[in-house]
Amino acid sequence: MAVKVSLKVNGKSVSAEVEERTLLVTVIREHLRLTGTHVGCDTAQCGACTVSMNGKAVKSCSMLAMQAEGADVMTIEGVAKPDGTLHPMQAAFKEHHGLQCGFCTPGMVMNAIDFAKSHPNPSESEIREALEGNLCRCTGYHNIVKAIGAGAKAMAAGK
Amino acid sequence: MHAFKYHRPSSVNDAAALAKGEAKLLAGGQTLVQTMKLRLASPSDIIDLGTIKDLAGIKSDGKTVTIGAMTRHADVAHSADVKKAIPALAALAGMIGDRQVRAMGTCGGSIANNDPAADYPAAAMALNATITTNKGKYEAEKFFKGMFTTALGAGEIITSISFQVPKRAAYTKFKNPASRFAIVGVFVADFGGSVRVAVTGAGPSVFRQADMEKALSAKFAPESVANIKVKQDGLNSDMHASAEYRAHLVTVMAKRAVEAALK
Ligand SMILES: Cc1cc2nc3c(=O)[nH]c(=O)nc-3n(C[C@H](O)[C@H](O)[C@H](O)COP(=O)(O)OP(=O)(O)OC[C@H]3O[C@@H](n4cnc5c(N)ncnc54)[C@H](O)[C@@H]3O)c2cc1C
Ligand code: FES
Ligand code: FES
Repeated sequence: MAVKVSLKVNGKSVSAEVEERTLLVTVIREHLRLTGTHVGCDTAQCGACTVSMNGKAVKSCSMLAMQAEGADVMTIEGVAKPDGTLHPMQAAFKEHHGLQCGFCTPGMVMNAIDFAKSHPNPSESEIREALEGNLCRCTGYHNIVKAIGAGAKAMAAGK
Repeated sequence: MHAFKYHRPSSVNDAAALAKGEAKLLAGGQTLVQTMKLRLASPSDIIDLGTIKDLAGIKSDGKTVTIGAMTRHADVAHSADVKKAIPALAALAGMIGDRQVRAMGTCGGSIANNDPAADYPAAAMALNATITTNKGKYEAEKFFKGMFTTALGAGEIITSISFQVPKRAAYTKFKNPASRFAIVGVFVADFGGSVRVAVTGAGPSVFRQADMEKALSAKFAPESVANIKVKQDGLNSDMHASAEYRAHLVTVMAKRAVEAALK
């Protein structure tokens, strides 16, 4: 049966007619056409589908759209400034070459932004632990870790 | 995923009225949504507990720490009250899965699911927890019945879990490196001379290790358990670890938990 789900995505109020079993990631990718959020595994393992819901990083493949009713959701498309200036975490990924094919990157960045809010100056081991739910098939973890460390400091400095 | 009817009740009573037949309760969905995708569960109705206000929250009164069923793992891990009263419980919540899973997964969902490798059942068993539902109360001992099986009746809803505050405690887990679930996890709790030891991951369901409890109650020190050999009969054996290896790990993890509790 079709039901209506209403939420905020990247600051804009949106609603969609969905099936009750529709996943949040399906609403984001197929209804709103925000295809920066990726589906890598569809089994809660890889974190490519990570978005921010009410300020917390969650896996959008592992929840129903209905669970996000009334929520404030941010996807990778919403983190840069409207004039195109990259978010400090995005800029750090670019600067430190924290991506290769880029498939895992949106999820990495969304998780990293949430993590950095409570860790303004994280250690390498804290970053690696925070990445437990994000897999990179290109296995470029070393630069991802460097990028997140730099991005966290830049966020704390208000850059 | 098969189709279902979705409900968003605003109270436990309303949820209970809907929880009939093939209906299923939805907490964080970190287990259930994937199970439905695989069609291992095909409920007729989904009853979302997420909007019932009084189901989430933490209360601490010195003797017990009570965690609402819908309290997320991350909120338990970061709670100043839990860290103060039972630091081992906050640490356990912070070890579950990954940070995205901890943002959604709930204490009640974990206890209700009773996965053989889940962490919370070990805390519930070692901290002599009381599980409160809309129908009554259960001691942890009588609640966990077997693999993915509990004493919950059809449609029964966990509302909160009360953990007793020990003198000292620690949880150590040998993680599956991919899923972070416990290959073996041991929770040791000292209530001042009376010690409880709960083991998860090793068997079909959480269990207490009586010989270790006796030895630690006499003397709370790592050497009390270091030479206790755990029998491998009935323990889990899979591609990650044989029963023999798991039996060995129980002793190693118990010893490390005692060391950690003494720090
Ligand atoms: C990648 C990944 C890694 C994980 N790693 C770990 C780990 O290391 N350790 C660990 O312990 N767990 C782990 N989990 C499981 C996680 O902790 C789940 O959140 C938890 O097992 C279920 O909680 P939930 O709130 O998501 O419940 P749901 O998935 O919503 O529900 C689970 C079951 O419990 C029932 N239920 C839920 N709430 C209630 C209630 N209040 N009363 C009665 N029944 C109820 C539901 O009907 C369902 O059958 C992991 C999960 C994932 C996806
Ligand atoms: S697609 Fe959601 S975790 Fe992999
Ligand atoms: S950059 Fe290719 S998957 Fe991570």
